[in-house]
Amino acid sequence: MRITCPLCGTRDRREFYYYGAEDYLHRPAPDAAPETWDDYLHLRDNPAGETRDLWYHELGCASWLVVTRNTVTHEISAVELVAEVSA
Amino acid sequence: MASLIARSPLAGQAPLVLGRLRLAEGRPGPITSLARLKDRPLDALLEAAGLSFPAPNSMVSTETHRLVWTGRDQAFLFGPPLEGLGAACAATDQSDGWASLLLEGPGAEEALMRLVPLDLRLTAFPQGRTARAPLNHMQAILMRTGPEAFTVLVFRSMAQSAWHEIGTAMRSLAARAAIG
Repeated sequence: MRITCPLCGTRDRREFYYYGAEDYLHRPAPDAAPETWDDYLHLRDNPAGETRDLWYHELGCASWLVVTRNTVTHEISAVELVAEVSA
Repeated sequence: MASLIARSPLAGQAPLVLGRLRLAEGRPGPITSLARLKDRPLDALLEAAGLSFPAPNSMVSTETHRLVWTGRDQAFLFGPPLEGLGAACAATDQSDGWASLLLEGPGAEEALMRLVPLDLRLTAFPQGRTARAPLNHMQAILMRTGPEAFTVLVFRSMAQSAWHEIGTAMRSLAARAAIG
């Protein structure tokens, strides 16, 4: 498996650390309802198809990445910098 | 205060020569990390010194300085710190934090490619190219400094490990060459 870091180029999977669903980028407001926080912290979709995850280029440039991949075909269709996605 | 003796990370380590490859400790001198800050005039300051902020996987050199890309909006400056750097970016002294290893000789990339999962042949990784990449499990900075020369930087605490790993790769290559 290879991931194309937007900065470093195509790199081996061993250079990256998996963090979890992209949901972590959508933190609720501090005064949001408890259900919203519960959803944010604990509830995740488990799609057969396209999913977006956070990865960390640990052994490379130390950038956080959003990787869009398909859980059925294993195709990686996009890799973006978190810094640009959430800017 | 007592008189302290500064020691380099691999102090006392003699160069390792095996076959046509030579591994030696480098003495990079002052290293300063430059991280961009919003609305600070880093580019103007670099330009005045004949430098520019390097693109990913590359470095920019002058007679006195070398500026190496090390991450998003971050580069390492080798050479004396520039005047006014502290006001133009987040500048931190890294000089004693890194160990520098110089690997030279024909086929140096063959030894490094046993440890680094990148294509380091001259055609794919020409002179002036750099990379943040793993040297086995170590977070290294690689620089192609010549057609047959690499500089490898690892965290100071990993100096001996890096030396051992590269030495082992060199030994394997030398043994293979001896068999014919």
